[in-house]
This record gives sequence, structure tokens and C-alpha cells, in this order.
Amino acid sequence: MSTTFVYVTYIRTTPQKLWDALTKPEFIKQYWFNMTQQSEWKTGASWKMLFSDGRVADVGEVLEIDPPRRLVLKWANEFRPELKDEGPTRCVYDLEQDGDVMRLTITHTSERDGAKVIEAVSGGWPRVLSSLKSLLETGKPMPSSHNRPAT
Amino acid sequence: MSMDAVFRALADASRRQLLDRLHNKNGQTLGELCEGLAMSRQAVTKHLAILENANVVVSKRQGREKLHFINPVPIHDIAERWIGKFERGRLVALADLKRKLEREEK
Repeated sequence: MSTTFVYVTYIRTTPQKLWDALTKPEFIKQYWFNMTQQSEWKTGASWKMLFSDGRVADVGEVLEIDPPRRLVLKWANEFRPELKDEGPTRCVYDLEQDGDVMRLTITHTSERDGAKVIEAVSGGWPRVLSSLKSLLETGKPMPSSHNRPAT
Repeated sequence: MSMDAVFRALADASRRQLLDRLHNKNGQTLGELCEGLAMSRQAVTKHLAILENANVVVSKRQGREKLHFINPVPIHDIAERWIGKFERGRLVALADLKRKLEREEK
């Protein structure tokens, strides 16, 4: 058995802008609770999510990358021992054009049944996605997106 | 994705019951969702289509099965629109309180 969460949002933007928003550190920082991500963005490259003070929040690897359509990350929590012990999760980003909007689907899966790590790591997904949508459509992130929720 | 569609989807007790079931256990087949419900399979199918059209439910093929997932993003967007600024207000109030208390210490 496994645990899967699926998130879908529609954003009025172009495939390239959405792709940049998901992979460029200075862009990510604007909508992701001041956190950022580091990677060379190629298959097999390491991947990291960092707090604003530079501490490592999550670690992983780029499993699959097909700009601007699909990104698959191995994603493991690094700063909470009980979540770290549950092992890595798999996070898939699918970007599809739907008329003049982009449909972004996040599928986050752990091989563990009832995995806490999925709820914790992805607990902020709706906030992240609302803020991303707001940033791409209006140029401003959500005001409440400046700090990662206490997870 | 229109907010009207989200409100319409939520304005029905049977559809909210289906959302509650997905909230308790995410990723169910149509068969699982129908178990123990007073609704016919056709009625559940119809309600699921309305929920999917509003993007509050997303279905995915996994092998031979079609699984349904709750998608909290549109409901979160609604909360942000009307509740977000109150949260901001509370944070500002806390910051003011902190400033005031720290000034008193000096």
C-alpha cells in the first residue's frame, strides 16, 4: 500500500514561465515561504530544499526531467527525525496546456501506507500553489506565504 | 476554473459527504466510494463529475483502476480570498504587542 496526495491548479500563464517558476531559485523564493531549492535540474542531479537561513529542509534527486512538461523528484525530509525515518517520497509535476491556461498537477507519493511524511512535506502545498498562481497571474505572491507552516 | 463551480459543487450534502469520505481516505475507486452509501452508483457518478468539473476532486488512472482524490487547492483559494487578510491582521497585532511589551522592559 502507499499514500498519495494529488493537487491541481489552473494558472493563466505560459509553459515556459511556469517551468521557470518551478525551477529558478530566485523565483521559488517568492512564493515558497521564503524557502528555496537548489539543483542542476538534470536527471540524476541532487536536489535540496533550503530554509531562508541556509539550513537544509529536504533532500533528494531529479529522477526525470522533461522541460517544460514533467519533473519527477525523489524527495526526503531532512530536519525531522521521525519523518526522515519514513524514507523518500516521489513528487511528480505535470504541466499541461489547457486552452489559454496551464494545468499544473502535483502527485506526491510515499510507498508507506498512512505516511506522515507526505502530510508534513506536502502540508503546505495548497498555500504554495495559491501563492504561485497569484504571483504568475498578478505579479504578487500571497501575503501569508512568507513563512513555512510549523511542520 | 470558476469559483462559482466550486460553490455549486459544495452546495449539496451528498457531494460534501463524498468529499468527507475522500478526506478520510484519499484515492478511492467508484466502487469503494459507493460502499455503505444510500445513493445509487449513477448518482455517485453524477456527483463525482460535478466535483471533478469544479476541480475539488481529481481522478487518476492507476493500473486498471480509476482513483479519486480530494484536491484542496480551490477551497484554499477561497479561504485566502476572504480569510487571508484576517490572518495578516493577527500577525500585525502580535508584532505591535511584542514591540509594546519590549519597550516597557527598557
